[in-house]
Amino acid sequence: MARITMREAISQALWEEMERDPKVFILGEEVGVWGGTYAVTKGFYDHFGADRVRDTPIAEAAIIGGAIGAALTGLRPVAELMTINFAFSAFDHIVNQAAKMHMMFGGQMVLPLVIRAVGGGGRQLGATHSQTPDAIFAHFPGLKVVAPGTPADAKGLLKAAIRSQDPILFIEHATLYQTRGEVPEGDYIVPIGKSTVARPGKDVTIVTYSKMLEISLKAAEALAKEGIEAEIVDLRSLRPLDMDPVIESFKKTNRAVVVEEGWKSFGVGSEIAARIYEEAFDYVDAPVKRVAQTEVPLPYNHTLEQMMLPKVEDVISAVKEVL
Amino acid sequence: MEKSDYLNLFHQMVVIRRLEERAAELYQQGKIGGFLHLYIGQEAVSTGLISVRRPEDRIITAYRDHGVAINCGLSAKEVMAELLGKATGCSQGMGGSMHMADVKKNFWGGHAIVGAHLPIAAGLALGDLYQNQKAVTMCMFGDGATNIGYFHEALNLSKVWNLPILWVCENNQYGMGTSVERASAVSDIRQKADGYAMKNHQVDGMDVLKVREMAAKLFEEIRAGSGPQFLEVDTYRFRGHSMGDPERYRSSDEVHRWQENDPIGIYHKKLVEMQMAGDAELNHQVDLAEQEVSEAVAFAETSPEPTVDVVFNNVYVEN
Repeated sequence: MARITMREAISQALWEEMERDPKVFILGEEVGVWGGTYAVTKGFYDHFGADRVRDTPIAEAAIIGGAIGAALTGLRPVAELMTINFAFSAFDHIVNQAAKMHMMFGGQMVLPLVIRAVGGGGRQLGATHSQTPDAIFAHFPGLKVVAPGTPADAKGLLKAAIRSQDPILFIEHATLYQTRGEVPEGDYIVPIGKSTVARPGKDVTIVTYSKMLEISLKAAEALAKEGIEAEIVDLRSLRPLDMDPVIESFKKTNRAVVVEEGWKSFGVGSEIAARIYEEAFDYVDAPVKRVAQTEVPLPYNHTLEQMMLPKVEDVISAVKEVL
Repeated sequence: MEKSDYLNLFHQMVVIRRLEERAAELYQQGKIGGFLHLYIGQEAVSTGLISVRRPEDRIITAYRDHGVAINCGLSAKEVMAELLGKATGCSQGMGGSMHMADVKKNFWGGHAIVGAHLPIAAGLALGDLYQNQKAVTMCMFGDGATNIGYFHEALNLSKVWNLPILWVCENNQYGMGTSVERASAVSDIRQKADGYAMKNHQVDGMDVLKVREMAAKLFEEIRAGSGPQFLEVDTYRFRGHSMGDPERYRSSDEVHRWQENDPIGIYHKKLVEMQMAGDAELNHQVDLAEQEVSEAVAFAETSPEPTVDVVFNNVYVEN
């Protein structure tokens, strides 16, 4: 296994899938000649050509709508949204077209579509470019929402997404691109809709995903030094949501903290907490705590922006509150 | 065109008319729910356009889709059954009036969000271009859709990528109750295509043969690689936007003026003048259409309701 970055893992998955299947192609803003604004598709244009690495106008509805149409003809488009914040310009096509068409036409329309979108805050991009709106998209049945937190999962989940017959929103975190990890070479598939235990422990369950996995792991290390063993469950997919490892862990620890980067209200933490109460109420020893972004549009100022985002210390104190 | 082709155009228009008249009755009786947007008055548009398409050509339209469905070869039975929400409907009772489709017949719906299907249509055409298929995608939409962003994104993209697509604006003069003049900066809608350096045309949508002739030319040019083209078809809906429209936005005189140009009446007269068919023969076609629609209603009414598994099994392909 090679130790590579998240960026390289995503790039590798795309490259291998395009080599494997001529029906797979990429479209989006600056994916071609530029090489991708996050350099994920660097070198693709020269290797695969302009037909398979299609630069588009800055027109998100056309990108996602076009990808939907191409998917209906049997192709496997991977549409890139430069940031998930631009997904709102294509919101209708994501949640009202892609998520509906299979069901609404009685199963006859099939959309093997992947939408890659980069999200997350912490880069001083201001309020419009720093959001983590994952929960909004996870609200819609018919769409699958995947958000990996490690390079290996990024590769395996992206390959699974490209091979899937369903529309999938694949959310990457901008500040994870440089994160390194062991990534299996070649055909490595991680099933969509399967949570996993990222760190074993017995005292408390931390439920998280994407960038917050990194934060939670750091918090767990610090807690371990104080003799507190946190078990971390990485959701990896928000829809379908696999609660089995969460409930299993909770039945052991009886205490849980949910860590997400998005806002708390109506968010991932709310959903996980509700399900824990519904499915494992008899095991509850303390109220489930939610760690999330402060409920403001993110400021540009570095110090203030960092203040609003969930931090390692926030996770540590939340864990101590439930113990 | 053979005589049977001429008669077939007439037959299809009458089937659409009768089917929708019956649908309006069933709606009043509460047997059809939701919205019901009738195509009455516009039958010559889709009948003429679709009469020249080849099986490999893709058709996609907005929510006023019953006529398009019939012209694409869906039976009156499966259209009526869909209106009644039955398992035998073309979308298994999951879509209703606004969401009919049959992908095996290359009819890609039936889309109810104004303008949203235009980028999807561009994608269908891209699929054919990518796979070197000599097929044309024809995307139909109303005048109202030309004022929304999707229209402009889709037209621009289609020109940038030289997609094999025919954009057809069915200008029925009103987007719901707002006239073209009150909603669009240019009343001559085809001019919008000039903004994308796209060849554009206009045709009288009350004359099925003129529509057909124009469509034949454009399908051929696009198939030969002309890139996207734009066609504005002037037409008029005789009924309200949907059922229960009080129609305060137009005068009954205006409606009557257009009704004098009833596409079925005009075509009937023309066929007689051309000595292609006599009154008796055409009346016989009307009888056949009525019978077909009556059978469709009986079929729909006696068809089973869809089971709940149709819902749960179709949220995803892979559960």
